Amino acid sequence: MTQAFHVEVKDLRVTARNARGEAFPIVSDIDFALKRGEVLALIGESGSGKTTIALTLLGHARPGATIAGGSIRVGDADITQLDAKALAQLRGNRIAYIAQSAASAFNPSRTIMDQVVEPALIHDLMLRDKAEAKAVELFRALALPFPDTIGSRYPHQLSGGQLQRLMAAMALITDPELVILDEPTTALDVTTQIEVLRAFKAVVLERGATAIYVSHDLAVVAQMADQIVVLQQGRIREAGAADQVLHRPAGDYTKTLMAAARPAIRPAPMRIDVPAAPLLEIRGVTAGYGRIGKDGLPRVPVLRDINLTIERGGTLGVIGESGSGKSTIARVIAGLLPPATGQVLLDGEPLPPGLKGRSREQFRRVQLVFQNADTALNPAHSVGQILERPLAFYAGLKGNAAHMRVLELMDLIRLPVSLIDRNIGGLSGGQKQRVNLARALAADPQLILCDEVTSALDTVVGAAILDLMADLRRELGIATMFISHDISTVRAICDDILVLYSGTMVEMGPRAAFQSAPFHPYTDLLIGSVPEMRAGWLEESHAGRKPPLIGASGEHPDLCRFLPRCAARVDGLCNVTPPPRHPLGKADGMSSHILCHHGDESLIPS
Amino acid sequence: MMARSIKGAKALPLSGKVGLALVLFWLVAALVGPMLAPYPVGAFVAYDVFDGSSSAHWLGSDYLGRDVLSRLLWGARYTVALAAAAAFLASATGTALALTAAVGGAKVDEPLSRFMDMLISIPSKIFSLVLVAAFGSSLPLLLLIAAITYVPGNYRIARALAVNLTQMDYVQVARARGEGRLHIAIAEILPNMIHPLLADFGLRFVFIVLLLSGLSFLGLGVQPPDADLGSLVRENISGLGEGALAILAPAIAIATLTVGVNLLIDAIGVSGTGRGKRK
Repeated sequence: MTQAFHVEVKDLRVTARNARGEAFPIVSDIDFALKRGEVLALIGESGSGKTTIALTLLGHARPGATIAGGSIRVGDADITQLDAKALAQLRGNRIAYIAQSAASAFNPSRTIMDQVVEPALIHDLMLRDKAEAKAVELFRALALPFPDTIGSRYPHQLSGGQLQRLMAAMALITDPELVILDEPTTALDVTTQIEVLRAFKAVVLERGATAIYVSHDLAVVAQMADQIVVLQQGRIREAGAADQVLHRPAGDYTKTLMAAARPAIRPAPMRIDVPAAPLLEIRGVTAGYGRIGKDGLPRVPVLRDINLTIERGGTLGVIGESGSGKSTIARVIAGLLPPATGQVLLDGEPLPPGLKGRSREQFRRVQLVFQNADTALNPAHSVGQILERPLAFYAGLKGNAAHMRVLELMDLIRLPVSLIDRNIGGLSGGQKQRVNLARALAADPQLILCDEVTSALDTVVGAAILDLMADLRRELGIATMFISHDISTVRAICDDILVLYSGTMVEMGPRAAFQSAPFHPYTDLLIGSVPEMRAGWLEESHAGRKPPLIGASGEHPDLCRFLPRCAARVDGLCNVTPPPRHPLGKADGMSSHILCHHGDESLIPS
Repeated sequence: MMARSIKGAKALPLSGKVGLALVLFWLVAALVGPMLAPYPVGAFVAYDVFDGSSSAHWLGSDYLGRDVLSRLLWGARYTVALAAAAAFLASATGTALALTAAVGGAKVDEPLSRFMDMLISIPSKIFSLVLVAAFGSSLPLLLLIAAITYVPGNYRIARALAVNLTQMDYVQVARARGEGRLHIAIAEILPNMIHPLLADFGLRFVFIVLLLSGLSFLGLGVQPPDADLGSLVRENISGLGEGALAILAPAIAIATLTVGVNLLIDAIGVSGTGRGKRK
């Protein structure tokens, strides 16, 4: 090939039609060029057109959209000039696509191997046994467990991180010259993300494929990209070498993105030193799903022996990866899941375990805010109806008084009053989350349980919600339980932090204790897995490395649950004796309690 | 309200407008038709049977020489009113029970669902035959039969919808707010299942028209000299060979009525004034 660039996009314009049938651009004036083997990152918030651009490289425009102008060249193929048949020849063959959610991209009724070799068979590139041998080789390169037999499993038997890597294998089986990765790690936990990123980097880049990496996460992109294109509302705001964009951003928008990616520390308000009982106390709560057995444990235990307190106006952060039981704590407090054992005390008084028996006043004082505002707000109701209901229900406010209060609430959450009659479907993600929050505030609560309230939002929008919450807390003195999988967010806004692993409390302490080592090994893994915004971090990070080999585990039910993944595990101790809970000595008032055999000295990284 | 309906009608796709026109036509026919009917329903007015269209008898005459147009206008009233009332009764009962089951927990849900399974296992035609044989054919009985026959089907669909919705976060939020079951069922769940339920209503309506026509065809439905659209088809069956208007007209009437109802309901489900299944 004689061209200087392998992939070249010039003047690309994609249009869609509105309800009246008029065409309007969704992306325009897109130019970039890539040399063979380079990685280009497309960065932007949702709606910035990044996926739309990535899909045009496959010659695809989503229903309703059309590629209206410009040229796209991949190698010797001019994508915009090809007909459907020629495009089909190209896709999954010379150009491969890795989608965000591997879990929904696999057919649940066929084995992994069937699906991974499919692109090679469809394009008649090799025979089935050859293709399978190649797939196994790829599984090994992607650091998948049991590479020889994993192909015979079905998608539901594998984790999200494994499926994401298998999808990479599917994409790479034809040795494509261009790979498009569309937010491939966004849906994963940080601890899984680091493993998947390592695998991608090793395999995609070392095979010399050119790649386009679509993401909203600058830190992730910093690990992968040679070039970065920053998009906003379908236009390029900034483009250049990765190093330059990340460290010397020229545009204001890029600077905003960078700032939002690093959560600012929001100082805790002065605590009112009343020696009263804590607002909320949880004592020895064990909870789960299914019938409660003879040993007092439910059939599927989720939480074990949880003890915590939240002070008036205080903020407790609860972090852990998906499945760690963090949302279950909120459900137990709200009464949606009665605990098997233990008590929840509000203001020193025990709350009835389930919904039954709680007084309206008790309901009012604790409000729940769910992660996904799309499903947490009833699509059949308008904003006004949603906010008026708690007012009528708790305070009996009706008519004009209720309307005035709704106006106040809209002001509090900084939404224009004109949205009151809007249906939920007509709001943006950030606006919905504000309404979600306002509904909780309408009850005039003492404690808000926030379950991943910013996870589904873009970083910039999420940062605005966090600012809003910090303000509300300062103005209204409401205590918050902030559930998140993102330790940097939690460290930025919470007074106290609880780390959950598989339903047990592995570390709990004030925020200061989470600023520097020593940590519990799991906390250490969580903190170490958060990508840093510099190239080379992925290679240097010690997080997610293989733990040392140890002998078989004993039978004791209270053995450390983190044992199988722990990098600091000790043979003959961790796999035999249950770990003790003890304070990790730091300066006074900064010590956290951990559930681990290790003490201070052995947990400081060497 | 009126202005909103008109605006809503304008927003309908073409198929919806056609459906709306057909439904309105039959509603008007059911309401004022008998007043417009040129002859009394049971009067023998033509000299010929199975007469074609003429200025005196627009739709010809039937097998006894009665005016088909007059009988059709009377028949439409029976069919539309009976089927609409029965479909409404069946849907309302089924949905109310389904909501009770969905918010009532297993203790309410299990017995109710098993009872409905029992009802659904009774063949509808046999059930109607037995009841008609026992109590004699009357309009209230026909209404009741049609309603009871179609409650379990609606219950099944409504329950499946409602149980899914009880898992939604907004219902969980309402529960955690301390809301009672009635509020959850009516304010949180019901509005979000109304579109599939409307589609189901259309289906039930059509089934009931067919059930009533079937019963009339067997001579167990509306009794002579009155007739619903189904009886009109049955009594003129001997005219089928010669393609008499007397049998074509009521058959076309049934078809346009049922097709119209379904076109309209499908269109409402799609346009749904912004809350349909658009993502």
